[in-house]
Amino acid sequence: MRKILVGVKRVVDYNVRVRVKPDGSGVATDGVKMSVNPFDEIALEEALRLRERGEAAEVVAVSIGPDDAQQQLRTALAMGADRAILVKTAEHIEPLTAAQVLLAIVRKENADIVIVGKQAIDDDAAQTGPMLAALWDRPCATFCSKLEIKGGSAVIVREVDAGLETIEVDLPAVISADLRLNEPRYVKLPDIMKAKKKPLDVVEFASLGISTDAGLKTVHTEAPKPRSKGIIVKDVGELVDALRKKGLVS
Amino acid sequence: MSKILVIAEHDGRRLSPSTARCVTCAGLVPGGEVTVAVFAADPAAIAAEAAALAGVARVLAVADARHAHPVSAVIAPQVVKLAADYTHVFGGSTTFGKDLMPRVAALLGVAQISDAMAVESATRFKRPIYAGNAIITVEVAAGRKVVATVRTASFEAAAGGGSASVIATSVDAAAPAHTRFVALSAATSDRPDLQSAAKVVSGGRALGSKENFELIFKLADKLNAAVGASRAAVDAGYAPNELQVGQTGKIIAPELYVAIGISGAIQHLTGIKDAKTIVAINKDGEAPIFEVADIGLVGDLFQIVPELEKALTK
Repeated sequence: MRKILVGVKRVVDYNVRVRVKPDGSGVATDGVKMSVNPFDEIALEEALRLRERGEAAEVVAVSIGPDDAQQQLRTALAMGADRAILVKTAEHIEPLTAAQVLLAIVRKENADIVIVGKQAIDDDAAQTGPMLAALWDRPCATFCSKLEIKGGSAVIVREVDAGLETIEVDLPAVISADLRLNEPRYVKLPDIMKAKKKPLDVVEFASLGISTDAGLKTVHTEAPKPRSKGIIVKDVGELVDALRKKGLVS
Repeated sequence: MSKILVIAEHDGRRLSPSTARCVTCAGLVPGGEVTVAVFAADPAAIAAEAAALAGVARVLAVADARHAHPVSAVIAPQVVKLAADYTHVFGGSTTFGKDLMPRVAALLGVAQISDAMAVESATRFKRPIYAGNAIITVEVAAGRKVVATVRTASFEAAAGGGSASVIATSVDAAAPAHTRFVALSAATSDRPDLQSAAKVVSGGRALGSKENFELIFKLADKLNAAVGASRAAVDAGYAPNELQVGQTGKIIAPELYVAIGISGAIQHLTGIKDAKTIVAINKDGEAPIFEVADIGLVGDLFQIVPELEKALTK
């Protein structure tokens, strides 16, 4: 029976407006609410639905990050993951490194399907899924908005710039979840209590023999340039006049 | 000297406007020479378009029936083979580029820069994080290949008038059969393309229904504009997914962006803040969209939009 691995990243909560530190060394995350990356919640929900439909036997949530990322893994367990693995590191890692780590876990766990969010809302890189697939030499169905397992393969509808693309991939495969794949379930209190008893293994990053240096360094962080203040017009006539003045309408 | 390989994007017939913007970005790499690679079943017409872009030194036309529909797992190993002769490999930050380039980077064993928005040096680039709420400068370690997706909204399209040579190229690389194209359901429309249009009219949740969203299409047609939508409007089924503008949809930089009934969540604003002029029409004067709008009009869109359309007819 299939085993599904789901990537779960700890990120600054969706509703927090991040602030750049005055010294340009990064964004302020002290005391800021942290959550599961929303796209990873969608990835996990899809894995749980596959298990509930009998397409998979086990769902394993994997995170790479600080010790505190155990909180997000407990959320994943409360949502319904069977167990969780934290690859613990306090260092910043690039998606290439994350993909290398996930590959090590995929091999160890003998996973059939890996579902990750299409991007994390902190670095917005959108790389980990396709990078893992490349290193694993397996398919990657990015921007998935519909997923159907058919024997040894999966049929996926992808949200692409032109519209909706359907592809078929052989399993094992990596899938990156887009917004409209599903609506993640709410966690109920009894599930939170149950999640405390589910297994959560902590693996030291150093034990994997993977370098944290991917050859890309962030040297400076700055706030974006604000747009200059605009005007408020009182009616359509004034709006059309303002647009004419800018030469935007004839 | 830097040698930059730009991976062309196309629909099998025409070059995508995103490639002309990638070429501009590539041209900003100091001492750079720009080569465009076209992977297609029949690349002749697409390669000719790429060869006409100013700043392109040569075009590699890779003809292969397997490229009739782009499959990253097939293209990536070929890009990796070609990359041996280049210092940089760029692709657009489109769904095509975001699918392909991380695969290329991983096979090359290097990190990737997503959404490059400014070129500081051959190894130093700026890119947005947190939906554009912070901008970071990243440095690629010496001796590593630079693989990047280009935030096309940050660069003008390269001008025409070039006459680069087109070189028919074959690449010997394994092509896995584990990923197969089945179908593409693309909306056909005579309207301008959202990602390259000079004017865009966008509608949000306040439109209330798919039928009401027609108001947006009508105004767009009057302005010869493309149509966009907020995530809320797409989620509610008022507009198809390919119209979504924002952090997880399309990032655009038109001359004119008209946001109608869009409150302006930060995830939407990141997709439009490079627009030259932003017009906001919303009944809530406190909506965050007014913080970025150049021209704001507070009121009921169901009155304003038909009135505006009428005023533009005169």
